[in-house]
Amino acid sequence: MARINLEHIRHAYGAKPKSEADYALREVHHEWNDGGAYALLGPSGCGKTTLLNIISGLINPSEGRILFDGRDVTHFSTQERNIAQVFQFPVIYDTMTVYDNLAFPLRNRHVPEAEVDRRVKEIIEMTGLGGWAKKTARGLTADQKQKISLGRGLVRSDVSAILFDEPLTVIDPEMKWVLRSQIKRLHKQFGFTMVYVTHDQTEALTFADKVVVMYDGQIVQIGTPAELFERPRHTFVGYFIGSPGMNVLPVKIAGNTAAIGNENIALNFLPKIKSGAKTELGIRPEFVSLGREGMPVAITKVEDIGRRKIVRARFADLPISIVLDEDDEIPAEPRVAFDAKAINIYADSWRVGEEA
Amino acid sequence: MEKTWNNKAWFMVLPVLVLVAFSAVIPLMTVVNYSVQDTFGNNEFFWAGTDWFLDVLESDRFWDALTRNLIFSAIILAIEIPLGIVIALNMPKKGIGVPICLVLMALPLLIPWNVVGTIWQVFGRVDIGLLGRTLASLGVNYNYVQNPLDAWVTLIIMDVWHWTSLVVLLCYAGLVSIPDAYYQAAKIDGASRWSVFRYIQLPKMKRVLLIAFLLRFMDSFMIYTEPFVVTGGGPGNSTTFLSIDLVKMAIGQFDLGPAAALSIIYFLIILLLSWIFYTVMTTSDAQG
Repeated sequence: MARINLEHIRHAYGAKPKSEADYALREVHHEWNDGGAYALLGPSGCGKTTLLNIISGLINPSEGRILFDGRDVTHFSTQERNIAQVFQFPVIYDTMTVYDNLAFPLRNRHVPEAEVDRRVKEIIEMTGLGGWAKKTARGLTADQKQKISLGRGLVRSDVSAILFDEPLTVIDPEMKWVLRSQIKRLHKQFGFTMVYVTHDQTEALTFADKVVVMYDGQIVQIGTPAELFERPRHTFVGYFIGSPGMNVLPVKIAGNTAAIGNENIALNFLPKIKSGAKTELGIRPEFVSLGREGMPVAITKVEDIGRRKIVRARFADLPISIVLDEDDEIPAEPRVAFDAKAINIYADSWRVGEEA
Repeated sequence: MEKTWNNKAWFMVLPVLVLVAFSAVIPLMTVVNYSVQDTFGNNEFFWAGTDWFLDVLESDRFWDALTRNLIFSAIILAIEIPLGIVIALNMPKKGIGVPICLVLMALPLLIPWNVVGTIWQVFGRVDIGLLGRTLASLGVNYNYVQNPLDAWVTLIIMDVWHWTSLVVLLCYAGLVSIPDAYYQAAKIDGASRWSVFRYIQLPKMKRVLLIAFLLRFMDSFMIYTEPFVVTGGGPGNSTTFLSIDLVKMAIGQFDLGPAAALSIIYFLIILLLSWIFYTVMTTSDAQG
């Protein structure tokens, strides 16, 4: 178990990066608390797997340092860092039995056989692979194989951190819940530092204490699920988290009013904006209300998704989504109102604070 | 509904039947025909039954040649399979080195058998060959024309030079099909170099190794051209393999009956041994 510090990490896969665009991972500078459960969330190709492999030591970063509990491990091998990692697709040693597969990482580290047996049995119990222990791993289904991969990551109790690289991609939805809650339980029980890479927001939000949102090779926001929902630091976080994502509307800011087309929206704070910046207003569909009061809107489509309705509409000739409860009525001449507390203002895609 | 019999469909397979008949069945049956009859020319044949087979099986000549064949194949497999694996493991996996290595590896495979034989025949000659003269000037008493051991060493080195590439290429194909994640997982699990080979690379190469093993066994067991060109079966009979003996018998001595019987026995031995190897190796595969 360890506190992990990433100091000015940058990584490029090419030999000589010339511009920012050559970096798969732009500057990352951050501390991961000992025993924290972090989810790295972002679209494909945003650099999250690169960052994970840098932490585990499979990749050496082009620039920067990594510290485990204050000790520089940048040039340490994976083994010296004592990291466990679970990959996207199951990796099993198919000539070995399930039992030997799970015992493999321990035996390689010369753990006494009695201890190996105790720990492997614990994992077999946990993953429900009891009946398979003595069989070769070859004939197993994809999710059983992935359970073995997970098990090999969890079997070592002394690791600095456990890294998961989208481990549940190949697992059936139903089994996903079971495994995810097992991982979570283990985390509570043993307090491993866990880093979990995923592009599935539900997975990230349920798994992690802190979600790290990555976009285009950099970390755009680190926060609790609530923070990501209420105060997205970057418009990307707004889009990416939530279903549907945040409404982002280009606005003109004058003092504490935001103008969209002919409509003026009063803000409850004075945003601090540099002149010349591209300004946008962000509001979650959950905080837009539809009624007889407010600004005119033209409804284009209503999607019924069970407990809730998603209304797609055009407001000041811009597309906007509104989330309503299933019982809410849609008036004949609908008008929208924005909850002032839930409005975020963005300048050049980054959220702006209040004028001091 | 009344079922109508329509045999016209059989005409569709006729071309294939004709092709197979001319390419395989008829030549084979000719051999069978010769093996059970005796002839003194003039197209007169006499029934000989199993006489030729018994003759062959009772002759020392056959058993000596068969022993040489078995020893030769065993040595070839014992050298080429491990050597091929080692080379394949050390070939680059990416970069400019890959095409260079692949071309270098494929070169010996592109050379016709008798050319390979000629190359080594000249290369090893004591009077003009580079190898032969170099060894002689170093004081090594090497002469494949006179010394049976030297003849064997020359043939084995030649075959290793010619065919190890095949094993290398097959193993390499098996190796590059292993996803990177396996090596990464092995690193995470703290596996040693040997464990990586034993539990990841070897299992993944198993199928191609089976093919490499069978191909190299069959080819080395049927070897003819190269020893014929290099040693001509000598010195004495020391490198007279079944195939060479067969040709001597059939063309040199014109003993068609015994030669036909030997051909069939030879064919059955290869078939039997290949079947045994295949069965043994695939059963152990299934048991894991």
